Amino acid sequence: MVSDIKVSIKNLYKIFGSDPQSVLGEAQAGMSKADLLETHGHVLGLKDVNIDIQARGVQVIMGLSGSGKSTLIRHINRLIEPTAGEIIIDGEDVLAMSEEELLAFRRFKASMVFQKFGLLPHRTVEDNAAYGLTIQGMDKAEAIEKSSYWVKRVGLAGFENHYPAQLSGGMQQRVGLARALATDAEILLMDEAFSALDPLIRTDMQDVLLDLQSELHKTIIFITHDLDEALRIGDDIAILRDGAVIQQGSPQEIVLNPADDYVRDFIKDINRARVLEVSSVMESKKPRSGIKVEKTMVVEEALQISNANDNKPLIVTEDGKAIGSVSLEAMIAAIARPEKDAERNPEYR
Amino acid sequence: MDFLDEFPSLGRNSLRDIKKAIDASFKGFSREYGEALEAFFYPLLKFMVWFEKLLIATPWPIILLVVGALAWVGSRNIKLVAGSVLAFVVIGMFGMWEDTMATLAIISVATIVCIGVGIPFGILMARSDRIQSMITPILDVMQTIPSFVYLIPVVMLLGIGKVPGLLAVCIYALPPIVRLTNLGIRLVDADVMEAATSFGANYKQRLWGVQVPLALPNIFAGVNQTIMMALAMVVIASMIGVKGLGVPVLRAISNQYLALGLMNGLAIVALAIIFDRVSQQYGKRLQKHREGGHGV
Repeated sequence: MVSDIKVSIKNLYKIFGSDPQSVLGEAQAGMSKADLLETHGHVLGLKDVNIDIQARGVQVIMGLSGSGKSTLIRHINRLIEPTAGEIIIDGEDVLAMSEEELLAFRRFKASMVFQKFGLLPHRTVEDNAAYGLTIQGMDKAEAIEKSSYWVKRVGLAGFENHYPAQLSGGMQQRVGLARALATDAEILLMDEAFSALDPLIRTDMQDVLLDLQSELHKTIIFITHDLDEALRIGDDIAILRDGAVIQQGSPQEIVLNPADDYVRDFIKDINRARVLEVSSVMESKKPRSGIKVEKTMVVEEALQISNANDNKPLIVTEDGKAIGSVSLEAMIAAIARPEKDAERNPEYR
Repeated sequence: MDFLDEFPSLGRNSLRDIKKAIDASFKGFSREYGEALEAFFYPLLKFMVWFEKLLIATPWPIILLVVGALAWVGSRNIKLVAGSVLAFVVIGMFGMWEDTMATLAIISVATIVCIGVGIPFGILMARSDRIQSMITPILDVMQTIPSFVYLIPVVMLLGIGKVPGLLAVCIYALPPIVRLTNLGIRLVDADVMEAATSFGANYKQRLWGVQVPLALPNIFAGVNQTIMMALAMVVIASMIGVKGLGVPVLRAISNQYLALGLMNGLAIVALAIIFDRVSQQYGKRLQKHREGGHGV
């Protein structure tokens, strides 16, 4: 795939405190978060963050609370001012924009969905969805007309005249999503957008998002602390810890090669069968006969197919051509716990 | 030992000189600018005179109708409407109609002036902590300084009459609306403000689209407080020539007429209760959107 970078974050630093610039040098020289707090009383929010974000993909940024992920996403539309660094979007540095350029950027180029929804409580669903358009300067009737399409797309037809307080959390976030989509911005920033919802509704909203994305192909930057969510919707995942990126890669890479114990801890409890693709567990020998499966199929599905066909090995194909095979045993071994655990607990084998 | 027994105050002579200097400079100021100020307030005076005459000249059934209608628009509560109209009927029967109209006139004008001045100042205060820390002590002084103290310069400047009376009422009644406008704006949910900012709303769009509408219940509480405090100033305002219910109360105080004082005092109370209940109901209705429940 030709790389097509939409957003490029370079050497981004954020230090919270009374005089961040005074300690920037030491932070750039590599002083740790704990030391910086101890010796200077400043909090290192982001530390030398470098992330290249592909256009038309879903970039997940994940980390536990306090890892700086919400701080990071707020730099992209400059709700928070950086201490140092660059964020290049379509060749332009957001962090160097003038006040007017920044307003235009927020109005037309990047829209945001918030964990706590951020809806206007005194306005109805349709007014909320049209909010971004009215801020752009669009006539109110026209804005409501245009955004009503998105209200329907997120499944809120019939609720146009309700107030946010009359809706459930999931429905409120649908309004938030419709509001963000209505402005036609190419970049969608989602700050723990589904974290406040209960698990079933969350899966529901993920489906809504994936469904829309398969058609809209926006550049989505999605913040979450939930790895299952990250693996489900992310094309690429960056893991943040103490304000620094410790690993970036596809869900496959993260699950197969965790960079350190922190990441290993993260992936410990996930459903590996749903993430790993058959290509990552296949052998190169190609049996003559067997059921063919595409190499990007996840192990969970392949297991079911194999099981339904007398547990025979499956042929892995790429563009219709056989490139290897995968056996039931190999797949089961792959979805078992990582080797480190397995060594400690031999009975798992 | 003398030094410790008595506080080392400025000498009597120097104190007298200071007071003289202040008095002289203020007299000079009022001589210089008194007429200009009077001219400045002249339109306001004309408006007050016109409004008072209008209220008094309007036939009483129409006033009752308007009172009832306003109470209905504000509260949508038939009991309140009936109570308001009844209170005015009783006031009229006890011969206080004209004074009540005069009081109503000055309260209305004072409230309009306070809203017009107070809300912009409240907005300004909410804009930065520095402005807030500058305005807050001024408001504290306005609320706590005995009103007789500022009556002196007001009368020196503008003499006796409606305008100085209005000024005295406004000095006392202005602080709550400024404070509550400021508070209301500052209490607007930071998440909502952040969302508005993220969509590229500028200061004006955030102020009029988000902050002021969401602060309205608080601003309205401020209006309510302002009306109450303006009513509380009716008697004092009558000391500098404002007509209305305060005049008979003042007369009752100096002559020990218990019944006269009580009747007019209770008329003021009745006005206060009507204003308070109606405006509170209206404020509550402004918050209707906050009602929860997943009603379909």
